[in-house]
Amino acid sequence: MASERPNQLFRNGSAKIAAIPMIVTALFVFVGGTVWTVVYSFTKSGLLPRLNWVGLDQYERLWATRKWLVAIENLVIYGFCMLVLVFVIGFVLAALLDQKIRFENTVRTIILYPYALSFVVTGLVWQWILNPEFGVESIVRGWGWESFSFDPLYNADIAIYGVLIAGLWQGSGLVMVLMLAGLRGIDQEVWKAARVDGIPTWKTYIFIVIPMMRPVFITTLVLVVTGIVKLYDLIVAQTGGGPGIATEVPAKYVYDMMFQANNLGQGFAASTMMLVTVALIVIPWAILEFGGSKNRG
Amino acid sequence: MNNSVEIKNLDLQFGAVKVLQDLNLDIGKGEFLVLLGSSGCGKSTLLNCIAGLLDVTAGQIHINGTNVTWAEPSERGIGMVFQSYALYPQMTVEGNLSFGLKNAKLPKAEIAQRIKHASEILQIEPLLKRKPAALSGGQRQRVAIGRALVRDVDVFLFDEPLSNLDAKLRADLRVEIKRLHQRLENTMIYVTHDQIEAMTLADRIAIMRGGQIMQLGTPDDIYGRPVNKYVAGFIGSPSMNFLDGTIQNGAFKAGDLTVPLAGYDFASGGAVDGPTTLGIRPEHVTTGQLVSDAPIQVDVIVELIEPTGSDKLIDCQVAGHHFRVRMEGQASVSVGQTLRLGIDPARASLFDAATEERL
Amino acid sequence: MVDASPDTLSGPQGPRPRKVLSRRNIFLYGTLFVITVYYALPLYVMIVTSLKGMPEIRLGNVFSPPVEMTFEPWVKAWSEACTGLTCNGLSTGFWNSVRITIPSVILSIMIASVNGYALANWRFKGADVFFTILIFGAFIPYQVMLYPIVIMLREIGLYGSLGGLVLVHTIFGMPILTLLFRNYFTSLPEELFKAARVDGAGFWGIYFRIMVPMSLPIFTVAVILQVTGIWNDFLFGVVYTGPETYPMTVSLNNIVNSTQGVKEYNVNMAATLLTGLVPLSIYFVSGRLFVRGIAAGAVKG
Repeated sequence: MASERPNQLFRNGSAKIAAIPMIVTALFVFVGGTVWTVVYSFTKSGLLPRLNWVGLDQYERLWATRKWLVAIENLVIYGFCMLVLVFVIGFVLAALLDQKIRFENTVRTIILYPYALSFVVTGLVWQWILNPEFGVESIVRGWGWESFSFDPLYNADIAIYGVLIAGLWQGSGLVMVLMLAGLRGIDQEVWKAARVDGIPTWKTYIFIVIPMMRPVFITTLVLVVTGIVKLYDLIVAQTGGGPGIATEVPAKYVYDMMFQANNLGQGFAASTMMLVTVALIVIPWAILEFGGSKNRG
Repeated sequence: MNNSVEIKNLDLQFGAVKVLQDLNLDIGKGEFLVLLGSSGCGKSTLLNCIAGLLDVTAGQIHINGTNVTWAEPSERGIGMVFQSYALYPQMTVEGNLSFGLKNAKLPKAEIAQRIKHASEILQIEPLLKRKPAALSGGQRQRVAIGRALVRDVDVFLFDEPLSNLDAKLRADLRVEIKRLHQRLENTMIYVTHDQIEAMTLADRIAIMRGGQIMQLGTPDDIYGRPVNKYVAGFIGSPSMNFLDGTIQNGAFKAGDLTVPLAGYDFASGGAVDGPTTLGIRPEHVTTGQLVSDAPIQVDVIVELIEPTGSDKLIDCQVAGHHFRVRMEGQASVSVGQTLRLGIDPARASLFDAATEERL
Repeated sequence: MVDASPDTLSGPQGPRPRKVLSRRNIFLYGTLFVITVYYALPLYVMIVTSLKGMPEIRLGNVFSPPVEMTFEPWVKAWSEACTGLTCNGLSTGFWNSVRITIPSVILSIMIASVNGYALANWRFKGADVFFTILIFGAFIPYQVMLYPIVIMLREIGLYGSLGGLVLVHTIFGMPILTLLFRNYFTSLPEELFKAARVDGAGFWGIYFRIMVPMSLPIFTVAVILQVTGIWNDFLFGVVYTGPETYPMTVSLNNIVNSTQGVKEYNVNMAATLLTGLVPLSIYFVSGRLFVRGIAAGAVKG
């Protein structure tokens, strides 16, 4: 019987053929592309990629460029505020929706719809709403508060917060849905036990339910953080990086360097920095989540 | 006031669905009451109403002489143990036991003393610093019982506490719960769908169906004198044999079988002619030398034998009905053999064919 | 037990008394109302602005409803609005997006479903390694892979064409879709698969006759996920296509943020709404499945 067994290579032949696109994508695009970019970030590539090594030159120049530093600063501000607010808003909304309320579906539908819209659409709508001539500022002034000033699209100091408002509007629905799924996944008997124990609702949330939702929180955290690092379309649509360079972000810096400034080496170095940032978050998470010996990539 | 829990005219509806209907139940101090029934009979719902986790539609609940119908669960003087244990997973065993007490602002010494007491009784002292995830199912359930215990209350509610455990652990913990009850002597209301648990633990069993209590009585009562055909068929494994026939002139007749009812203890009056169902438990049919003592004897052909080790279950036909008999495990019997059975009307049950009520 | 059930009970009975207008309810529904209004407002602003004439916009504010409704901005946005040099409106971008989205969705779902099925039921040596790389790939910032793909597309002559963008969407849709399908197929009872094998069905036989018919919901989820994702893409569109082949999001951005001429806010908002219309209709129609799609996208492997 053993001699009739087909060659090891052709066992599961169809399955292997079916997996070819995955293998090609994984090896050539994800691994190959990443390695290629990292390698070329050590070269002096300009308009075209060339293998003329310059060591860490590109990185030194990158960290000496004001636009990059502003981009990093913006990413930190946006990222920190986004993280804190999106979690607070998302969780509070989910907890409110979990109170067996009427119209739950309607409310959830309305809060989540921005997530179906593209960042470009989001950016343009908020560009319009925050327009100082016709938008929020003019309305509040119209109510009689003449000195009211809120023009994040024209004031470089607060411009990034204008983007934050739009980003929160678009993304908090997603967090809410994930949190709601997490809340619904909590064993109802735990709530009952807490009631029998006489623990107030808010304490049950903080000391029992939230700790139980740790996996949901971590997954959401990874999703939100990777989303923050990728922040690009929203900036392009809402502010174009302006006023001046007030709302530049790393992803935009990469694009500008690669496709407009013909400075590929800078683009590669900047994108490698983005990769490092994501890796610093994803790898610990992966180890925590999948741990042990299995699934080590 | 000797009753620990009193339920008066209790109704519960979810929308148009009546889950509990006009329920009345008095549970004495120190009594172990089991609510038994198949799923959807309303037994867990009733327990949740007693606990105050569900709002009732009508009626009252009294615990220890106080009307607690509107009281919060924590104010009712109850402790509750759940099927899924419902331990707080991020806290240690000690944290689980003390969380409710700390919240009630009990003095530290008192909390420590109660935890010590409870963990001694349940033998979970070595586990106090561990988290629930590091415990076995049986240990978790013990901690869950401990959480009810530290509340120092008179009424314990158990909602299918052993259903998530494997058979052996279930049997062990069953004994422990019984010991606990003997030691603490407080009132326990215990929901289960497992009749062995019900029979072994209960002082009284309430068999529920369709939101109503079918029969309330001691395990002996329920086993020996089921009030209707449903209870009769529900209790006992393998279940009771039913023979459809009629009562004519004081004797039960089904096919060629005639059972004189001289020894039968009628629930009300005497024999009334009419269509009737006779119920006999497989273990109440005698075989071998004992047959000659039985008032009625029947010859059957053995169709199938199921040995279980301690017993042998015999499948056969009596008066055209499928009939099972329990024999001793060592009995020598083979398929196709003719077997003489002895039936004693005093140990049988008769049910009205139409109402299915006991006669 | 004589007269044990008195018909008249005294003291508290029945449900706990509850006020409809309790403080909790006022707070709860009040908060939810304010939040809902806040989230709904931008959509409202888009709609009203797109229905106003420019003079009206200059007089009022973004929230005021239109006095004289006009659909002219919509017509203009669709066929006349200018993107720098050309003035063809959004229509070109719309049809480009359609031509990108349909083949991308079909191709990516076909490949990913077969792939997920192979991973779930026909595990072969090394499959897990590639799958892990694929999932990690989903976290790599696209910027890292942008340029290598430019080179790749140039090599095969697809750079700047719709076909190239279709290929890119297929590649980047693969991690999430493969995960989605793999998890779904793993959740189906394995006995089913074994029974089919015992009955002599092969790889493709089982896939087409057993797996696909049982997986309609997950295919729907995948379609929703992909259509919205691809329709909403901006980065790949702007990198891998040229002015002739720009998808709708890129055209929209070029129209609204073009620096030439007077800003026509009503046309801009009409264009924005038009672009958002496809994913919005999918969202409002599919409802629960959309939510399931995101939840599925978020589950761990």
